[in-house]
Amino acid sequence: MNPRLTATTARRILQQFRRDKRTIGLLMFVPIILLTLLWWMFGDTPDPATGQPLFDPLGAKIMGLFPMILMFIITSVSTLRERTSGTMERLMASPLRRGDVVMGYAVAFGIVAVIQGTLLVLFSVYALQLDIQGSTPALVLVIVLDALLGTALGLAASSLARTEFQAVQMMPAVILPQLLIAGLFMPREAMPRALEIISNALPMSYSIDAINDLVAGDTGDIWPEVGILLAFIVGSLLLGVLTLRRRTE
Amino acid sequence: MENSPAEPPAIDVSSLRVVRGGKEILPDLSLAVPRGAVVGLLGPSGAGKSTLIRAIVGAQIIAGGTVTVLGHEAGSPPIRARVGYVTQAPSIYLDLTVRENVAYFASLVGAAADTVPHTINAVGLADQTDQLAGTLSGGQLTRASLAAALVGHPEVLILDEPTVGLDPAIRNDLWALFRRFAEAGTTIVVSSHVMDEAVRCDRLVFIRDGRVLADGTLAEILAETGAEDAERAFLTLAGRSAA
Repeated sequence: MNPRLTATTARRILQQFRRDKRTIGLLMFVPIILLTLLWWMFGDTPDPATGQPLFDPLGAKIMGLFPMILMFIITSVSTLRERTSGTMERLMASPLRRGDVVMGYAVAFGIVAVIQGTLLVLFSVYALQLDIQGSTPALVLVIVLDALLGTALGLAASSLARTEFQAVQMMPAVILPQLLIAGLFMPREAMPRALEIISNALPMSYSIDAINDLVAGDTGDIWPEVGILLAFIVGSLLLGVLTLRRRTE
Repeated sequence: MENSPAEPPAIDVSSLRVVRGGKEILPDLSLAVPRGAVVGLLGPSGAGKSTLIRAIVGAQIIAGGTVTVLGHEAGSPPIRARVGYVTQAPSIYLDLTVRENVAYFASLVGAAADTVPHTINAVGLADQTDQLAGTLSGGQLTRASLAAALVGHPEVLILDEPTVGLDPAIRNDLWALFRRFAEAGTTIVVSSHVMDEAVRCDRLVFIRDGRVLADGTLAEILAETGAEDAERAFLTLAGRSAA
């Protein structure tokens, strides 16, 4: 990997992204609108256990899904487009290393993810009065990691897709199973043992665990989960590098 | 065009075998391209021209044989900045301007920033510099894609059907441009299915069904076949190989 080539590639991807105003709008505002819907439903409903609005635990847990899903789709479709348009073949014949391509995407969409995640948390806390016991910057960190995880998984998954149809289908294939057993609908300890073990191997579970800690006010307990999320992000990026082929049939 | 024994050919293809989707596209192809030559790779669509070109730039999985470019394995790191490649379909970023595209490809090969406007001028797109590539006409897009390969002043330039569908005047300009690069020492391989481009090349390679029918100068090929132009020479050779 060459830092200059990675940086120049990230800059090029952001230049392309900047032109697509509608995608920028959708990425930044759709999560906010979805969370507002949730607030509308549960903002006044008290949690029978705590007496706090149900929106507080629910909103915090669901919040990370939207950036993860959106960044996954954006990343997998853009890299696939690069392959089908012939520009990837050109890049692979140039001095660019495979790691530069993957890291270029990771850095460019990572910047987008940081903005998106921060905006979403700030809006939830200040406009929707989302109240968690733990620290708000820690919540920003977990939500941004969720978005980065979406980007990294999207890079890895796009190598399995040959068409844009397939790339879009990768989202339900990769993200939805995690969503179902991550502890969102049922605490992971209460699930059948086999499912609990499977969920231990999936990154989204650790995002929900971290948010559960934050909702309970145990900010100090999130660091193992943050570490595991980071490891999944790095692992997915490596997978993305390994599955990128310089020579094709 | 003299190929001194001390200097290996720019491109050396030896017993290349390529299989795609279970079908043998190139059974056993050998070819040498001398340095500084403009070599036309001529043959009908489906002859294996693009497959050969992809093998030369190191993008093709090969089943056997070797491809050496500037003394190194095709597509290996030491030569990637020294080989320019223009794919058959114009492949640049449609949501970037001409300048942004050319500047990005310049930075990949470490070319100086001032080469960007020069190259855009050279392909005749000065007026379209700040236009989005997606709004260019077909011919302009082809030239923008070409500029992205020329910007690093590569020693070897591989062009897959660069003149297809272009206005004859633009085609003429492009050939003059290729000639200027060749005179500055660039080795150029141009594929085409249009036989009348043969007169523009120093050497010709006729290819059909993955096999080389002829490899020489136009004069040599015409003398050998007794034909009066490249098209008839090709037909004669194709008839012979079928017989």
